[in-house]
Amino acid sequence: MFLKKIAMASVVSLLGTTAFSAGHGCGIEARVSIVGNEFPAIQTVGAGAAECTGGEVSKNLTADHQKINVAGMSGNPAEYTSAIVANSSIVALMNEDVIRPLDDLVAKHGASLKKNQLITINGKVMAVAFMANAQHLVYRSDILEKAGVEAPKTYEDMLAAAEKIRSMGLMENPVGGAYKAGWNLAQEFNNMYLGFGGQHFAAGSATPSINNEAGVKTLEMMKALSAYMNPDYLTHDSNATNAEYRAGNVALMNMWGSRAATLTDAEGVSQEVKDGFAIAGPMTVGGGDSAASTLWWDGWTVAKNISDAEAEATFIALTHAIRPAVLEDAEVTKQAVWLIDGYAPTEAAVGVFAAAQMNTTPYPMLPFFGLMHTALGAELPDFMSGKESAEKTLADIEAAYTAAAKEKGFL
Amino acid sequence: MRHRTFFWFFLPTGLAMLLFIALPIISVVMQSLFTPHEAVLIASENCGPFGCTVSTTVDQEATAQIRADKPMGRFVGLDIYLDRGHLATQEIAAAWASADSMGAFFSEVFNLPFYRALTFTLTYTFVVTPLLIMLGFAVAVAVNSLHRRLKGLMIFFSLLPMIVTPLVGSLILFWMIDSRGVLGQFISYLAADPSLSLKASTPLMWMSLIVYGIWSSAPFAFVVFYAGLQTVPKDTLESAMIDGATRWEQIRYVVIPHLMPLVTFVALIQLMDNFRVFEPIIGFSAEAHATSLSWIIFNDLGGETRQLSAAATTSVLTIIGVAILLSPVLYRTWRDFRGKT
Repeated sequence: MFLKKIAMASVVSLLGTTAFSAGHGCGIEARVSIVGNEFPAIQTVGAGAAECTGGEVSKNLTADHQKINVAGMSGNPAEYTSAIVANSSIVALMNEDVIRPLDDLVAKHGASLKKNQLITINGKVMAVAFMANAQHLVYRSDILEKAGVEAPKTYEDMLAAAEKIRSMGLMENPVGGAYKAGWNLAQEFNNMYLGFGGQHFAAGSATPSINNEAGVKTLEMMKALSAYMNPDYLTHDSNATNAEYRAGNVALMNMWGSRAATLTDAEGVSQEVKDGFAIAGPMTVGGGDSAASTLWWDGWTVAKNISDAEAEATFIALTHAIRPAVLEDAEVTKQAVWLIDGYAPTEAAVGVFAAAQMNTTPYPMLPFFGLMHTALGAELPDFMSGKESAEKTLADIEAAYTAAAKEKGFL
Repeated sequence: MRHRTFFWFFLPTGLAMLLFIALPIISVVMQSLFTPHEAVLIASENCGPFGCTVSTTVDQEATAQIRADKPMGRFVGLDIYLDRGHLATQEIAAAWASADSMGAFFSEVFNLPFYRALTFTLTYTFVVTPLLIMLGFAVAVAVNSLHRRLKGLMIFFSLLPMIVTPLVGSLILFWMIDSRGVLGQFISYLAADPSLSLKASTPLMWMSLIVYGIWSSAPFAFVVFYAGLQTVPKDTLESAMIDGATRWEQIRYVVIPHLMPLVTFVALIQLMDNFRVFEPIIGFSAEAHATSLSWIIFNDLGGETRQLSAAATTSVLTIIGVAILLSPVLYRTWRDFRGKT
């Protein structure tokens, strides 16, 4: 009996030490609470932060993170000590003033961070980025070969390739696109409009300026592409578009880098689709130089309304989660285009890398851009479903945005 | 009941109603009259993984000062009610002045988000409500005339649409009417048009939503009418039979008059429910073809920049809409009550 107790005690203490050493020397002294999106790379970051010991680390990783992060950080003390955001969603946190500058913490604990990971706004570090993302071409090399066309470099080539694939009877609807009414459709407009060299706002102001030649051309190109899509395209988000690709119904699509890497890993994907799977950089449009796509970063922030001890613990835990050593795991390396020191691009990363080299515009971090995105998403379907002319739809978008911007005090 | 007894009897309910109904409504009304302060914008240099750009940001210090001085925000009165996202008075006046025909005028009006949503909401409410009452009644009469051994089973099946969560129910139907789904394929086969898509056509999408609405709410009417059928006086029915009334005449002259108060009740509840139609639009991803007032509220709150005032204003307009819809029924109830005392 006595022996048993001793054996038990030593096992327990052994477990204790292993658990401690599993902390990789990450010790914190206060609570950490993270809210963020749920895709694989962010799961890795959340799990990395949870390795820290000494304080409670809780995380809430959900696709609905945007709906709860502002509310969860507005209280004092805030529920969440950190929100994992992208260059679009950091704006809402900045507008509501719920995140804190990180300069002092970077100086104290940020030795492993590279300078280009630091998101500085007006000279202050407001977030630490850990991965890059962009939409780019994903195609079926076998189908394109059968049709005798190269992987398209421009949207005009994409249309020609799609026509060829359809006329040869290889596929009925060869083009895929996340054209679901709302956020997705608006994002495709942004890509194409920037590709045509358009600017969403009059320089230096919040006045909209999309009702112009570039806007009309953008809508015409989107309409032309939609003719080669599944007729239900206005209900297809990126998940549904990926499902169409996996089912072998799509040969050409503009898809997120963060989803492309694991696209064909799902169950039930035919060998043909797996073998034909190929990635290339984003396309240009209308003879433009820069790609018709946007660059994105994902990074973490630290809440303003928490104690300094909690802020420090949060910073330490999240810096630990994105330390260069995490890239030793090949599975982790594949999950994203990491901005972490020592990252070597995998095959799945070529699309995002090409986007970065092609002068692609980063998604604008303007305080009023979210309102423009919402207005685009609500008004574009009228044009896509043939109810209105391009000019009328563009005028409607500007009017809808103006009403919203007046309400929020931007105009 | 003595007034004092009534007071103590009613007090807990009254307090709960004040707390959970009156105060939230007051808060929503207040929110709709105020908007955030004017943003103090400054040019700033923003740097990140993709280089530096000069961009616009909100000046936090200046904004914090303004917010501390006036925490409620700017008082704008009815401005939000009248803006393009809501009643759009200016836009309608402009459309009236410029339109050369009534058709052109109405197409302008229905292009405005609020009126477009109202059109679908009202169509949905006034098509779904009577049809679901009729269907529920028919099912109740049919089940009631079954052999008692079959009744339990049939009641269970008739209730299924109500047991299924609305969002899940609409998603199931959404996949069935997909152009590659069972119903979608069947309909395009019937129409002999392989490119026909329910989700791409506005009238077909409206019909799908309405069919879903009737399917999901009919069980409610069924349950109420079935319970009512158990109370139909047997004597009256038998004497009607002796007088030679057919089955239809029995239903028309005995059962329906007996169930009329229940019809009013179901109509009241369903008018309210259908006016707030929301889940099927999300489940069917029908935003491109059909929007409702509730969907506008959801959309205003779901963007990256939340529009609290716009959402509050649409909420108040929805409450007003429900009140208008229910007024005839409430008036009738009040008149009946007066008639009795």
